Amino acid sequence: MTAGGWFTMSVSVGFVLVLFSWCIWRVLTEKKPEDHIHGIEDIDKGED
Amino acid sequence: MTTGKFRECWSSRLGVIMAVAGSAVGLGNFLRFPGLAAQYGSGAFMIAYFISLLILGIPICWAEWTLGRYAGQKGFRSSPGIFYALIRHPVGKYIGVLGAVIPVTIYMYYVYIEAWCLGYAWFSATGHLNLGNDVAAYGDFWARFVGATKDGLTISGGSNQVVIFLVIVFALNFIIIYRGISKGIETFCKWGMPALILLAIIVLVRVLTLGTPDPAKPDQNILNGLGFMWNPGDIGTQLANPQLWLAAAGQIFFSLSVGFGVIITYSSYLREKDDIVLSGLTATSANEFCEVGLGGMITVPAAFIFLGAAGVVGQGTFGLGFKVLPLVFSKMPASQFFGAAWFFLLFLAAITSSLSMLQPGIAFLEEGLGLNRKQSVSLLGLITALGTLFIVYFSKDIKALDTIDFWVGTFLIFVLATVLIIVFGWVLGIEKGWEEAHKGASMRIPGFFKPIIKYICPLYLLTIFALWVLFNVFGWNPKTGEFKPTGYVTDLISSEGSSVARMSVGLIVLIIVFFIITTAAAGRRWDKAGNNNRSKETKA
Repeated sequence: MTAGGWFTMSVSVGFVLVLFSWCIWRVLTEKKPEDHIHGIEDIDKGED
Repeated sequence: MTTGKFRECWSSRLGVIMAVAGSAVGLGNFLRFPGLAAQYGSGAFMIAYFISLLILGIPICWAEWTLGRYAGQKGFRSSPGIFYALIRHPVGKYIGVLGAVIPVTIYMYYVYIEAWCLGYAWFSATGHLNLGNDVAAYGDFWARFVGATKDGLTISGGSNQVVIFLVIVFALNFIIIYRGISKGIETFCKWGMPALILLAIIVLVRVLTLGTPDPAKPDQNILNGLGFMWNPGDIGTQLANPQLWLAAAGQIFFSLSVGFGVIITYSSYLREKDDIVLSGLTATSANEFCEVGLGGMITVPAAFIFLGAAGVVGQGTFGLGFKVLPLVFSKMPASQFFGAAWFFLLFLAAITSSLSMLQPGIAFLEEGLGLNRKQSVSLLGLITALGTLFIVYFSKDIKALDTIDFWVGTFLIFVLATVLIIVFGWVLGIEKGWEEAHKGASMRIPGFFKPIIKYICPLYLLTIFALWVLFNVFGWNPKTGEFKPTGYVTDLISSEGSSVARMSVGLIVLIIVFFIITTAAAGRRWDKAGNNNRSKETKA
């Protein structure tokens, strides 16, 4: 494996790993009141 | 417009992210991407790949999430309904037909491939996939298993093991989808996606610790395997090759499931203040992690270690997945365990995708025809079963599957994605779209994405689409400037063409006609409901 190969692999895999980790961390640590379950909602529009 | 008394919603933010990521992560992440990267010289390919991710994949993804949630707030869940809400013109709903036709039609053959994965996981676990050291034996096994040697072989020709697996996965898909968005798809993906990633990490650790399995072939070691995958070639020359850009953009495009009709349907089940910017980026990054971080590190290096460069070059997705890799895993220590783990992870990747292909059809039958869940699942089950039966019967050289994949799984997806990005940037309007995207958003979309979404992305998409048509339909040779229509065209128009290919296109047309007719009926219901609502508002 050449130095170019190490560089390409490290940058490519590193980028997606950091991006995915950062996104998941943000999603899991963010507190939003409406972030909880909403499940099934009644939105009958009355057209029946 | 939702006509039932209840509408379903995602029960958690992580759930919808896992569902969208599950839809995107499929066989292409583990089989197609590594082959393309190695083929085009990974350095140049990854440059084109990440540029395509930035100006094509992520913007279309955000646009689809936004359009889906926007129309969902108006009570629409199906692609024809969503386009009916977005394009205030009678033609709008018919454009949306593509968003139902594409996933439903792709499901018809994708579920067959899913059955191969489950079958191979079973055969690996039971030791029936240890067929020696000759790759031809694995090729013969695959051809018999899927019926590639003769039409009808797997149904009436005595080689019908695949049908058992097909029945299992078909039933499993519909059982899960019948349970609904939250209890079915979301619950399954919340378990399935982590399990998939865990299995991939287990296989990855195994591959990275293989060292030099055959001392007689010291060159076939893990470092050279990684080098074969990642060593860059002459980057400048390779970047000048338009086919490299086409391959990289196409991989991003199909890998993320954009233009598929799935993301707009899934996001229509979100609430107005549910975040879509971070959620969309997270689903995209999950797909990229699986593709580059796992798929890119497993498939090609493993194949190189046991078979050398000659065993990897020129293998298509099916060749690599169902002929080369079974041989590779059979040579590993604890081959039954790791082979089964590998094919089961492919099965999980496939089923989380196939589930997403059914929901757009279910949503349309429910809101367009006013069917309840049981009725819509039954009708869609019947339609897709007939289509799958056609594909399974005409299995010689997997002609029917290949033809439908080309015209629906590639051509129509390009068309729908182009429509989507134009609707977002030009019909809804970039300013309104931008405002919609940021409702309840956990993060801001960087401002430079505005011109990308409005100008660069549609232009880039149209360029890639034009190149794809030139190369893959008209058979353009850029070196000689000659045009020689490809087999997909000559199969349909030449006197020596394929009757199976023609019937396959006929099936596609039949499905489109069915959805157009039902959309017309649905449009009348929506117009009537809209008029009733307006009357009530006037009286009030």
